[in-house]
Amino acid sequence: MIYARRIFTALLATVPMALTYAVTSGAAAQTSAQTSTQAATKPAHARDISIGLQAAITSMDPHYHNVGPNNSTLRHIFQPLVAPDENQKLTPALATSWRAIDDTTWEFKLRKNVRWHDGSAFTADDVAFTLKRVPNVPNSPSSFATFTKPIIDVKIVDPHTIIFKTAFPHPLLPSDLTAVAIISKAVGEKATTDDYNSGKAAIGTGPYKFVEYVANQRVVVKANYGYWGGEEPWDKVTFKMLTSPAARVAALLSGDVEMIETVPTADISQLEKNTKFALSNKVSNRVIYAHLNQHQDKAPVFLTDKAGKALEKNPLKDLRVRKALSMAINRDAIVSRVMEGRAVAASQLLADNFFGTSRKLKPAKFDPEGAKKLLAEAGYPNGFAMTIHGPNNRYINDAAIAQTIAQFYSRIGIEVKVDTMPSSVYFTRASKLEFSYMVLGWGTESGEQGSALRSLLATYDTTKGMGVTNRGRYSNPAFDKALGEALVTMDDKKRESMIQRAAEMAMEDVGLIPLHYEVSTWATTKALKYIPRTDQYTLAMNLKPAK
Amino acid sequence: MLSYTLRRLFQSGFVLLMMSFLVFVGVYAIGNPVELLINPQADDAERVRATIAMGLDKPFYAQYLAFLGTASTGDFGRSFVFNVPALSLILQKLPATIELALFAMMIAVVVGIPLGLIAGLKPDSFVGRAIMALSIIGFSLPTFWVGLVLIMFFSVHLGWLPSNGRGDTVDVLGIPVSFLTWDGLTHLFMPAFNLALFKLSLLIRLTRSGTREALLQDYVKFARAKGLSNTRVIGVHVLKNIMIPIVTVIGLEFGSVIAFAIVTETIFAWPGTGKLLIDSINQLDRPVIVAYLLVIVSLFIFINFLVDVVYSVLDPRVRLGAQSGGGH
Repeated sequence: MIYARRIFTALLATVPMALTYAVTSGAAAQTSAQTSTQAATKPAHARDISIGLQAAITSMDPHYHNVGPNNSTLRHIFQPLVAPDENQKLTPALATSWRAIDDTTWEFKLRKNVRWHDGSAFTADDVAFTLKRVPNVPNSPSSFATFTKPIIDVKIVDPHTIIFKTAFPHPLLPSDLTAVAIISKAVGEKATTDDYNSGKAAIGTGPYKFVEYVANQRVVVKANYGYWGGEEPWDKVTFKMLTSPAARVAALLSGDVEMIETVPTADISQLEKNTKFALSNKVSNRVIYAHLNQHQDKAPVFLTDKAGKALEKNPLKDLRVRKALSMAINRDAIVSRVMEGRAVAASQLLADNFFGTSRKLKPAKFDPEGAKKLLAEAGYPNGFAMTIHGPNNRYINDAAIAQTIAQFYSRIGIEVKVDTMPSSVYFTRASKLEFSYMVLGWGTESGEQGSALRSLLATYDTTKGMGVTNRGRYSNPAFDKALGEALVTMDDKKRESMIQRAAEMAMEDVGLIPLHYEVSTWATTKALKYIPRTDQYTLAMNLKPAK
Repeated sequence: MLSYTLRRLFQSGFVLLMMSFLVFVGVYAIGNPVELLINPQADDAERVRATIAMGLDKPFYAQYLAFLGTASTGDFGRSFVFNVPALSLILQKLPATIELALFAMMIAVVVGIPLGLIAGLKPDSFVGRAIMALSIIGFSLPTFWVGLVLIMFFSVHLGWLPSNGRGDTVDVLGIPVSFLTWDGLTHLFMPAFNLALFKLSLLIRLTRSGTREALLQDYVKFARAKGLSNTRVIGVHVLKNIMIPIVTVIGLEFGSVIAFAIVTETIFAWPGTGKLLIDSINQLDRPVIVAYLLVIVSLFIFINFLVDVVYSVLDPRVRLGAQSGGGH
């Protein structure tokens, strides 16, 4: 045993020697790389910036995962044909103009003199290839196929003109194409998602070029000096993934990053008072609302009388009860107290300046007495018992909102229990229709109310792609008809008024209870200013030196 | 020794199998990953495609058997979220976590054992009492709070240390390590200290009680009577005899530091496996969760094995495998 001990101690002694040897040989090989790495991560130049993001970017492949954070960051490298501006209005990007030749044919004119990051020219071949590739990304957890499905035929007229044919009239085609990043045919033909992640295939036409992607940690891009849209103010942009909100704010305060997105509401007042930082905010396209169980006629889940007995009728199917539930909520109090001013009371699914929103709709007036009267009229003078469900880690202050709503309801005589859970559990159960009152959120990526109405309020019919996220199973045939006609009307003005009529129908029937629109907040150092966006994207192209 | 090692290997294999089954059942019971990853506006065809792509359309037992089949060749599947092999994703991030854990343990051992010795040698002095009071504070304060306070103090107010991330790395034997660069050290200090605080307090108290007990033993009296210097008595004889419980705790805690540095990694945005794990759990990225837990369980098993071997070196009375003397 003594020998074993001596051998063991001898081995221990050699470890530091081996380590030193390895280090010096490794360090020698790395000294040149080290100096350049140091330059890469420490902004020495004033034109290098770092931005703190609140969610992880999961891939550099622009067609792999249709999720906000990925789409936002990949917009620096790749571009679509049509791009949304900060109000989600369509602007020309890789397409300079587009028009509908007839109900099912579109002609897109492509921008000339655009070069890929590897120097080759951008042509219509790249667009045709992109549309073929989008539905064929292996293992995609959420692909972009929904946006390219309506196009059944592609015809290349010349290198800068392309014709799309759709199966049925699809007025939202240009809006859908804002989600599809165009990739190079030469590079993309044999590229896999891994090639994009390593940067080998991350060749785009955007204002920035790929430098580095470390999963769950950071994305680094550098300026594309030949960019067709003109010079960008930044040489190098580092996106750091800082998912913990407190750490994100601390990084801004300590100077590690120059801008952060999604400032926690509790820190906003402190940052406003701090003269070293500037805040910018904008109403986003996300509405927080409540879906109500309207598909069970008897004994609805989580709804009982006050003694705990199951109910004969589902109270949520009665318009008077739904109206009462909407009137009982003091939306202004939620906006000012729970959201600390960072929200706008909602009357429908999108805020006032979006396409298809009706000026006739106003947020329901807070009227608890009127709500109690309506409940009595409907046959519930003593109310009933209900459980409210919501997520606790998905939307801004989601758990607090659910609890506040519960308190409003107890004031009108409804006994409420609140059950909030992590989104990993919540959404699965909500989609399986296990709840009766669900606090949810919806961000309308198209920037117009028609698609929101279709996803949330149309009668659930997945073969037609209607009501896919209609978790309350609200069903109103008159509304379905009005919306269906609106969705295939090609003329913008006619379509807008038809969508407004449909929205009014659904909101007056209280298909769901809209609560508020979220306001997105960005914080930058005083030397910079960020042009805020309704789609909540954080783009270096919107970040400018403050004058 | 050989039969002992083989027996341990066999037991480890069984533990790994049970672990993989439990994780599968657990993640399956929480929810449906497709629901979390799919864009809410996707139509039904898209949901069906995504479900098939992730292999979630098959019944539970079929999924588990498929997993066992590929796992035997070392392929734990591809992450649902990142679409890279789960094992390589974890092995990529593991050096960062192990580096953090090693530094945290080093701080805890290098600072904790001497402090504990002092507290044990002079229990009623002011210094001794102060050390014990600090140790209570050390293990009472929650990790996330201490981390945030450290950031506020050292990064925001004083501006001495960076508030997040890992510093520049240098490749040693192909593995990137950051403690060999100054930038790396400044990034490493706060998270390592944050992680070390709890273990530090634990080691102080353990060392103190072990010292107090050892000082009452006969061999100490005998050694002093023999005329040995105080340094030798304490530094060699007392220290060696109190090491067994300390080594056990260090071994156990080291494993848990690697496995559960989640809070520290999230606060300091340290790119390690803890952060990866919590994100994967929130997104129900089952291949990564399973691969991670299997790697960690293997690590725990290996560390326990090492601890047992170290016992036999420290304490000549311990015979490996003969009886449960070494404890496991």
